[in-house]
Amino acid sequence: MKNQAFISSVVAILLGLIFGLIIMIIANPFTAFPGLLTMMGGWLAHQDFLRRLGDLIFLTGPMILTGLSVGFAFKTGLFNIGATGQYTLGMFAAIFVGIYGTFLGPTQWIFAFLAAIIFGALWGLLPGLLKAYFNVHEVISSIMLNYIGMYTVNNLIQGDANLFNVAFSKTKAINLNAYIPTTILRDVFDRSAIDLGILIAIGITLIIYFVLYKTTFGFELQAVGSNRFAAKYSGIKENRSLILSMVISGALAGAAGALYFLAKGSVNSGNQYSVGNELLTAGFDGIAVALLGQSHPFGIVLSAFFISFIQRGGYFMQTLGIKVEIIDVIIAAIIYTSAMAMLVKDKLIKILKRKQP
Amino acid sequence: MEAKTNLPIISMEGITKSFPGVIANDNISLNLMEGEIHALLGENGAGKSTLMSVLFGLYTPESGQIKKHGEIIKIKNPNDANRFGIGMVHQHFKLVDVFTVLDNILLGVEPTKGPFIDRQLAKKEIIALSKQYKLAIDVDAKIEDISVGMQQRVEILKMLYRKNNILIFDEPTAVLTPQEIEELIKILKNLKKEGKSILFISHKLNEIMAVSDRVTVLRKGKSVGTLFTKDTTPQALSNLMVGRDITFEIEKLQANFGGIALEVANLTFISTRTKKKVVNDISFQVKKGEILGVAGIEGNGQSELAYLIAGLLKPDSGTIRLLGENVTNHSVRYRNDLGLAHIPEDRHKFGLILDHPLYSNLSLKKYHKQPFQKHGIIQKKKIFQLAETILERFDVRSGKGIQSLTRSLSGGNQQKAIIGREIDSNADVLLAVQMTRGLDVGAIEYIHSQMLKQREEGKAVLMISLELEEILKLSDRIIVMYEGRIVAELNPKETTKELIGLYMAGGKPS
Repeated sequence: MKNQAFISSVVAILLGLIFGLIIMIIANPFTAFPGLLTMMGGWLAHQDFLRRLGDLIFLTGPMILTGLSVGFAFKTGLFNIGATGQYTLGMFAAIFVGIYGTFLGPTQWIFAFLAAIIFGALWGLLPGLLKAYFNVHEVISSIMLNYIGMYTVNNLIQGDANLFNVAFSKTKAINLNAYIPTTILRDVFDRSAIDLGILIAIGITLIIYFVLYKTTFGFELQAVGSNRFAAKYSGIKENRSLILSMVISGALAGAAGALYFLAKGSVNSGNQYSVGNELLTAGFDGIAVALLGQSHPFGIVLSAFFISFIQRGGYFMQTLGIKVEIIDVIIAAIIYTSAMAMLVKDKLIKILKRKQP
Repeated sequence: MEAKTNLPIISMEGITKSFPGVIANDNISLNLMEGEIHALLGENGAGKSTLMSVLFGLYTPESGQIKKHGEIIKIKNPNDANRFGIGMVHQHFKLVDVFTVLDNILLGVEPTKGPFIDRQLAKKEIIALSKQYKLAIDVDAKIEDISVGMQQRVEILKMLYRKNNILIFDEPTAVLTPQEIEELIKILKNLKKEGKSILFISHKLNEIMAVSDRVTVLRKGKSVGTLFTKDTTPQALSNLMVGRDITFEIEKLQANFGGIALEVANLTFISTRTKKKVVNDISFQVKKGEILGVAGIEGNGQSELAYLIAGLLKPDSGTIRLLGENVTNHSVRYRNDLGLAHIPEDRHKFGLILDHPLYSNLSLKKYHKQPFQKHGIIQKKKIFQLAETILERFDVRSGKGIQSLTRSLSGGNQQKAIIGREIDSNADVLLAVQMTRGLDVGAIEYIHSQMLKQREEGKAVLMISLELEEILKLSDRIIVMYEGRIVAELNPKETTKELIGLYMAGGKPS
């Protein structure tokens, strides 16, 4: 089974890349192959290797957490398309504590991080409650909450001169104590954006793995996800599982927001949120990561790294005159093919089932 | 058998159809003569339905050919089959519930007048057909409002309206009461008289003896022979079907009742959708060491009764007492832990998580208890031990033991796994619903012996079943449900199948 999952992901990636290559050839046949080479690793083989690698590792951290957020919900049979909203709320909480919480001293970043988790969790709780008690489909409610979250956060930021930098229409820089420590990593990786975030993300991955596969709680969540009727029949409280799953999923997305916005970034002023009327794409990237990683925590780490890798590659492809949107097309194609790879797998299972009359 | 021509109307020659890992039909040949009723007998999984699906164009065989009147025909889909005059009544009817009988019959072959459906013309034709073949129907009624027997007649008229003359019936009696079965047998004989050729799938020997001219027996995907029905006996057929001698009688020890284990009083459940009292003021008791059989036609409230007792539905009024304790408002888990085991009606929907490994299903009722978890952490070793024990004790066969994907098990073994899990929970009350549905003779025999063992061990068993034979064979007492009520309480030693059937259909002995 595990091999099958891995192979279907690799097949999905290859099909997505072939599709992307075709698009690139149509757009410009001369830059297509150099572009592909750049994307698949050429960008990293550079004199700035260490810094680029450090940036890549940094970007992988939030990606792992959004992937875990979506993947965790998948395991319980829920489609958390609201990871973006939860991420946005987490971001807001992190920045708020990062600016106002100066009294917290060196622990400020920890509190900012925890605040993000709590806000993300609350934003996940809402669709969970709606699903459990009013049977509102979580896709509908969480899409709505994405927009409600974004506009609420935008309003709160714009209405607060301590948070909002009017000139750049961005949030202000957070307090120095609010940055996730970079320790020696930053020097090792040649002043890149890397910080302890990646270790936090991997630590959380291990916890999620443990919860899902080693505890009765995880057993119950997966039972509800695979067959809610059988779960109910065996005495599992289905609603409780649904709600908790959404809360944890939201917390993970919120943590991802903190991981990204509590970072110094490659420039020392840190990552700031640009106030605009568009949803952040981080949560949607999480869907791709979860699908490609087949919702397994370790698969998600690999796929988060891979998707960050080609996203970074796409960024550097621009030097060849290729539009960065191509990367989005390729990622979209990979999502498509990975969904199809699962279909193929499901078909196989169906045929196997049919053979047992 | 009087054939009108020398050539069979349909001959299937050397049909082979395999699915990954299993050969469902292995070089099967079968001749259907014009105007005969040809029965196809075999256990579940013998390949009957596959063979008929090949004939109806649902499956393409890897090898073999189909001839009509000696000429090779290619049937790629049901439309082709229809063109060659082949119609099929599936075990689960293919009818649109909210459409009228008329519209269901017309669906796909609507006669038109300009852009409109000419319902008047169709109605006349259909009424004429129903008279010709003595198929009583109400053309304007909606499917959801008519009886299962009438729904089946609608399916038959669908074929006749399409001018099919080769009719396939897939286990047509599975959903009928004894009276309806007799009615169907008359209908089949009528159809034969009118020159139709009929293929009749069944695993019930008495029906086959009553209705067919010839019978082809399948076993494990192979044809083991075609016999003239008048030259054979049920015992001979069943030996052919199973491949060994089977005992029809099982030994049932003297009853030894204890105290009341399950007591249901004035239980009522109102469907939120139809606002009908699906379970209507039901009261009964089950003692330790007793098997109480609940008979009834599907859809008369038995399923809901089971869900109410299990705690999956909440009653509108009434009480449920389990081992003397009022559990009406307690959770499923509370009841399970107190002493209720439940073999659910739908083993795929409720009984198992098909995509999880077998061990996880075998521990579904115990994983939350010591020593299977410690401080919320699952103790895999203990769970594996538990699963291995159940596997061995109940002879559950699977490809990779307890690690097998539950979906990969055969239906019989899946059911054995559920029964093993439930019996292993050692609960005082066992709720068994349709426990042998869709299983082969061997598995049924085994499950029946397990039920009697439970009875001997002093467990109270509430057995809900559509199979009258099963109810008569195992029960110490029988109640019959009709439209949500208990309409009769009977002693199996003093009653007959016919009498139960009468009560099941809402009648009363005159």
